[in-house]
Amino acid sequence: MVDIPTSAGDVIPPAEVADVELYHPKSWWTKYVFSQDAKVIAIQYSLTAFAIGFVALVLSWLIRLQLGFPGYFSFIDADHYYQFITMHGMIMVIYLLTALFLGGFGNYLIPLMVGARDMVFPYANMLSYWLYLLAVIVLVAGFFAPGGPTGAGWTLYPPQALTSGTPGGRDWGIILMLSSLIIFIIGFTMGGLNYVVTVLQGRARGMTLMRMPLTVWGIFTATVMALLAFPALFVAAVMMLFDRLLGTSFFMPAIVEMGEQLPSDGGSPILFQHLFWFFGHPEVYIVALPAFGIVSDLISTHARKNIFGYRMMVWAIVIIGALSFVVWAHHMYVSGMNPNFGFFFATTTLIIAVPTAIKVYNWVLTLWRGDIHLTLPMLFAIAFIVTFVNGGLTGLFLGNVVVDVPLSDTMFVVAHFHMVMGVAPIMVVFGAIYHWYPKITGRMLDEVLGRIHFWVTFVGAYAIFFPMHYVGLVGVPRRYFELGDTVFIPPSVHTLSMFISVAALVVGAAQMVFLFNLVWSLFHGREAGGNPWRATTLEWQTPETPPAHGNWGKDLPIVYRWAYDYSVPGAPEDFIPQNQPPMVGLSRAPA
Amino acid sequence: MTVILVFLAGVAAIIIWWLSGQRLMSKPWAEIGTLDDIQGAARPPIPVAKFGLGIFLAVVGALFSLLASAYLSRMSGSDWWAIPIPRLLWANTAMLIGSCAALQWAVVEARRGADEGVRLGLDVALATTVLFLAGQIVAWLQLVAAGYLLVDNPANSFFYMLTGLHGLHIVGGLAVLARTRVRSRGAGTATSARLRLGIELCATYWHFMLVVWLLLFALFTGLANDFVDLCRQLVS
Repeated sequence: MVDIPTSAGDVIPPAEVADVELYHPKSWWTKYVFSQDAKVIAIQYSLTAFAIGFVALVLSWLIRLQLGFPGYFSFIDADHYYQFITMHGMIMVIYLLTALFLGGFGNYLIPLMVGARDMVFPYANMLSYWLYLLAVIVLVAGFFAPGGPTGAGWTLYPPQALTSGTPGGRDWGIILMLSSLIIFIIGFTMGGLNYVVTVLQGRARGMTLMRMPLTVWGIFTATVMALLAFPALFVAAVMMLFDRLLGTSFFMPAIVEMGEQLPSDGGSPILFQHLFWFFGHPEVYIVALPAFGIVSDLISTHARKNIFGYRMMVWAIVIIGALSFVVWAHHMYVSGMNPNFGFFFATTTLIIAVPTAIKVYNWVLTLWRGDIHLTLPMLFAIAFIVTFVNGGLTGLFLGNVVVDVPLSDTMFVVAHFHMVMGVAPIMVVFGAIYHWYPKITGRMLDEVLGRIHFWVTFVGAYAIFFPMHYVGLVGVPRRYFELGDTVFIPPSVHTLSMFISVAALVVGAAQMVFLFNLVWSLFHGREAGGNPWRATTLEWQTPETPPAHGNWGKDLPIVYRWAYDYSVPGAPEDFIPQNQPPMVGLSRAPA
Repeated sequence: MTVILVFLAGVAAIIIWWLSGQRLMSKPWAEIGTLDDIQGAARPPIPVAKFGLGIFLAVVGALFSLLASAYLSRMSGSDWWAIPIPRLLWANTAMLIGSCAALQWAVVEARRGADEGVRLGLDVALATTVLFLAGQIVAWLQLVAAGYLLVDNPANSFFYMLTGLHGLHIVGGLAVLARTRVRSRGAGTATSARLRLGIELCATYWHFMLVVWLLLFALFTGLANDFVDLCRQLVS
């Protein structure tokens, strides 16, 4: 294959994609606060997500203090403990990871990577952020409401979520939680429409779908899934609000509570579980697919090598997205459902391992004989692969009905999902921030602080979650406030719990180093220049760094090649940007 | 969860059809951008707003499919007593059909560039839609007066919730329609591409919400249940 320059290549008119009419801010308020610029919205999303994520981090400390040292901290009682685990889970999954990957990275990267000036519906995009902020405020309001936030567990299963034994069940907690989710979903839908339509309609000339960086593929597919899956949570939340506020019996069965017959009758808690997990399982991949996409780009860029099996990577993303809609009931093996369903869902669950394994092999094969630079993004990317494989393998255990039944609701499950959808995506989040921070701010993050952050986080995460598998295997249940004198639990479990708790405190503290680095480097970081990683994708080719309003100068970029032209034999440099016109006499056959 | 799975299968079919035209088999690493390769210009010139509405309707479709799934699932409970259908709902249905027809007519008139026809069509659509909403509220009041309260029975709960959510969607559409009507004042406006697009978007949304309403109506009257039973028999 030869890079053939054509004379026609030189006369392509700059922009055949109609230039969008940009909204131009007229005041400081519309420029930095009520901004319609996707980049500003992305930063607003990210900072809000970080802020609420910090709350969830502190909650995880409190959870671990109780689990590692039961009885030492008198201010944590059982009710508080349940409120902590509930809010920790919900915040981390939805208000941090979903919002950060789609609202944060999606907003920043989609327009830049596909060569657009902005999102296609900037006004809806702005509303999306403000609704997200409102959802966060309503969520946080739970902490200050009478009775505190809900303590129903992040799955909010009825009937216990609505009964008086559960913190917030008959108070404001559950109402605020459900309202916050409804607001979040409405806000997300506005943003999601933007991400999808921008990818479909806003791409620069020459940017075919198969030339898009995998980051865009990941975020795009995850957004499509989220648009179709979030309505299930919306429906569940609306129906549950009806049950709680108006006294209907959608989910609430006949219950005698403290000797008193509740008015509800005949409702189906299983129906809620179906609706919740119809959202809940795709949600795992809504978080994972952007991570898959981003990590592919990090690995390729920092190993100076094209991604192995690009087409297969794209197909795998799409297939994983589709399959994730038909596996939801593997979260419900112990709900008493028909065993034949269990067989069906176990099969579909295990089939997902195929495209997922393809992706893992392709990442590893991209590293194979690559010119690996152990930069911070690369370190986090490798940490992601390792962690994801680890969490994925225990997923194979839990996907099988007979193995899941005894392990269900033990710490093994907690360890599994924290590895696969907690630690692994967070590794990518960090890697991505170290990677794109220079583009966003024009300065590099500090290397030494970054390495401290990486090693403590990576080793620490294993110190937390690896022992947790063993704790789960001996039968320690999840969500228990304290274990007391339980016969089958050996004393070593308590020692291990203490160890895990100390590790959790240390890992949490390492995140303070990261936050400090973010702020410090903003003022004192090394000047980055436009393309510090010598990357090919369009966001690094902007005329200004950080990119100005409208991203590109007068003309939109034209895309001549895919996103992975690294180390092309004979090329003057080891990367060829996507908007680089064909070069004379460049042979692309492998040497 | 059958309804939502059927709906998603439909969405998946559309996605697969669309992806099949995206050269997923191409080898991007071997294609350097000569003029022929550049696909951007070949993209169909669909306005982004239409695209956006289409995707939004997919989301709304998923929402109501999930509600229908929940309805059919909850229906098997022993405490389910179907709610009587007020005769007024038939009149409301006719109103909604009328507003869809009026909007479609406005689209045709807008394409012809006839100002008067556009304004008349939009006015009729606005009036019939408001009548539909008012009729729905009267139907609620009739049911409440007859003693069918929200909390008495899951069938009642679903009826009020589903009609309410559908009504809210219509109210949202009504706001956009009213804005479009305001924009259509003044001579020669019908020829403006922006207004024509607005009317087309309203018409699409109304048609979609009509289909949703007809399916919900079929659920309430039990027609859908007969159909579901038939399907179950065929499958088993």
